[in-house]
Amino acid sequence: MMCTYLTEKIAVEGSGKGATGWFSATEATVYVDHPVHAPYGHTVNVDVLSPALGASARVALELTEETALALADAIRRAVASAPTGIASRDQ
Amino acid sequence: MTSISPDAIRAETVMITGHGGDVIEAYQAIPLAPGRRGGVVWIHHMPGYDRETKEFVRHLAVAGYHTICPNLYWREAPGADPDDAAAASRAAGGVPDERLVGDVAGAVEHLRALEGANGKIGVIGHCSGGRHTVLVACSMKVDAAVDCYGAFVVEDAPEGMPKTMKPILDLVPNLSCPLLGLFGNDDIYPTPQSVATLDAELTRCGKDHQFHSYGGAGHSFFSVDRPAYRAEAAVDGWRRIEEFFAKHLAG
Repeated sequence: MMCTYLTEKIAVEGSGKGATGWFSATEATVYVDHPVHAPYGHTVNVDVLSPALGASARVALELTEETALALADAIRRAVASAPTGIASRDQ
Repeated sequence: MTSISPDAIRAETVMITGHGGDVIEAYQAIPLAPGRRGGVVWIHHMPGYDRETKEFVRHLAVAGYHTICPNLYWREAPGADPDDAAAASRAAGGVPDERLVGDVAGAVEHLRALEGANGKIGVIGHCSGGRHTVLVACSMKVDAAVDCYGAFVVEDAPEGMPKTMKPILDLVPNLSCPLLGLFGNDDIYPTPQSVATLDAELTRCGKDHQFHSYGGAGHSFFSVDRPAYRAEAAVDGWRRIEEFFAKHLAG
């Protein structure tokens, strides 16, 4: 199969907990490529990052596409079921 | 008196001068027995300067070459775990081609200065390192190059890919050395069609090359730590790599 190289990148507001503890995240990347740990040839990989704090300020996920899509749906359901704007940056 | 066995090597992290005079980390393995030897630059794949790549470096040292792998992500992520460094580099847009060539040129200078160096230089890489290998061999004088399933040499990359990862087929007339290509017929980056296009362009330009494509193998078939590993293709591929370097880096 392949390395896709394709990387989706978004700005992030919030926090993540990585190998060195909690940090304020500033961006996230999503890409389909080889995992480091999950036992598949390819996975959907999500990195929540704070480049200013160094490469170790990172929360990493390696998910099958079924799981990644289910996670995206679950996030949408959770947000939809809460009062509008309650978790917004302008709450 | 004890003699040094031919498979004795020293493997360690060193610092070298890369593109723009930047000092970057590299992993080096050299045979301990005296002798004149060729040098090989191993260009790591997109997942980074990882344990498996270092294993490849030691493999080539045991085969008799001064071998070095520069850490292409050192600037973005000095001292980080390889997977974190790869993620940081990806988020930063990837490794620019010009910087890659500069870092490999620095590694070549380092190899040429080693005691016993015969001045011959090979380059090799898998995956993105395969493309980088072709890029290097078309950008500077080397003596042998091995492209293991490098993508985006021929084909346009999908939208959203780092802009640095553009096709380099137009550089083929500049290829400075014989090229060995090892591919999997089940790969889609590069597809067998892309491999055939590169093969035809090399032939058209009169460039010395030999390509081998393995049935039942896809991308990453050399990676012993991944489900894509294919023992038959990898064992034959290693044999061809060692034969190729023995032919072109001797002296």
